[in-house]
Amino acid sequence: MANVHVKTTINGNPVEYLCEPRQSLLEVLRDVLNMTGSKEGCNDGNCGACTVSVDGRIVNSCLVLGVEAEGKEITTIEGVADAEGLHPIQQAFLENAALQCGICTPGFIMAAKGLLEREPDADEARIRHWLAGNLCRCTGYDKIVRAVLDAGERMRSK
Amino acid sequence: MEAIDYAVPNTVEEAIEILSSKGDKARVLAGGTDLLVQLRGGRYSLDTVVDVKNIDAMNTYTFDSSKGLEIGAAVELYRIYQDPELVGIFPGLMDSATLIGGIQIQGRATFGGNLCNSAPSGDGIPALIAHNAVCNITGKNGSRQLSVEEFCIGPGRNAMDNGEILVSISVPIPPKGFGANYQRFIPRNEMDIAVVGVGTSVVLDDNGTKFESARIALASVGPTPIFVSDAGEFLTGKEINDDNIAQAAQMAKNAATPITDMRGTVDQRKHLVEVFTRRTLEESIARAKGLEMNTLWHFESKA
Repeated sequence: MANVHVKTTINGNPVEYLCEPRQSLLEVLRDVLNMTGSKEGCNDGNCGACTVSVDGRIVNSCLVLGVEAEGKEITTIEGVADAEGLHPIQQAFLENAALQCGICTPGFIMAAKGLLEREPDADEARIRHWLAGNLCRCTGYDKIVRAVLDAGERMRSK
Repeated sequence: MEAIDYAVPNTVEEAIEILSSKGDKARVLAGGTDLLVQLRGGRYSLDTVVDVKNIDAMNTYTFDSSKGLEIGAAVELYRIYQDPELVGIFPGLMDSATLIGGIQIQGRATFGGNLCNSAPSGDGIPALIAHNAVCNITGKNGSRQLSVEEFCIGPGRNAMDNGEILVSISVPIPPKGFGANYQRFIPRNEMDIAVVGVGTSVVLDDNGTKFESARIALASVGPTPIFVSDAGEFLTGKEINDDNIAQAAQMAKNAATPITDMRGTVDQRKHLVEVFTRRTLEESIARAKGLEMNTLWHFESKA
């Protein structure tokens, strides 16, 4: 059960780490790399709090092994804002008060980014469908959906 | 999760070698959306997971307008429904691929894994049966083909022997006049396990008035997905009308052998089989006639 040496790219930076094959990508991010932005909710693929992007496609990082990241391009919530400031989705979440406890927020932002980068004109039905894999137990979703609609508008006008 | 080793073979032969030598101490990892959850839950005690995504034949799909579609067993669902060339040709597969899990799950989960997990509720399986799909299985003693309806033999069990591997799934080009549909009943809109699932396909004659053939398959109402061959045979050559559709739906209901559990009762499930057989046949007929489809996936192909 030897540890495995993994070379990958996270938020544009080359990253190398050693991990046990049984460790999920989420565990590697949080426990090995100290990137605790991605959250563990259910740890079985239902809640979406651990959503990251792998090669441009959103996945639940709890259902990816750390060793599977070899050679991939990974984006986490830590890579969403840049030196200029917050991403329009983050700004829209803030201004629309789209969070309460905040545990689900990184996952929602990663999922919304996966949608709006492809379809900035996504309508409410599309947004609700796309975000079905993300659970929030505080907000009742309405403010989140409004924030994503708002973010789409900001991204279209950029 | 217990400690495991991780193997990443580059060929089917290497994968078979590892799987044969480890017996039930090794399992194949494709999307991991079932396997990793089961490992954490202690369903298996493994030495090794065998990641097959580095094997070209398993991680690619090919489409040829004469030979059909061959889906490597490790090809993620989104790659199938994102391909605009495939969307109109394999409508039943699109229904399944776009309703399994959420978008995150569809980024990892595979038709091959859905089959190998062999859950009675596997949403991909009735659609594959409706589309007449065939499993391409390779083992130490060579390769063999098995129709999808013969693949599952019990909850979590399938017809593959130790050391055999599902390499790909072949889906034939549908004939003229073909339409297919998969629908499931769940008490919410997404992200749930089917109380009942029904996949159907039809081939209509040139006038669109008779069934040339039909296939009906059920999920979540027995120990395996159920292929209701007699209902399809009944429809063959019959007029397309409400009475014949209702009779086929009744035959599907009779073929269902559900249990009562937290998702539904025997009576409710049998009733739902009848309703959803009727609805999916009607939708398959509408699709065969080229009418507007009742679906969520028309916009997935650009995502």
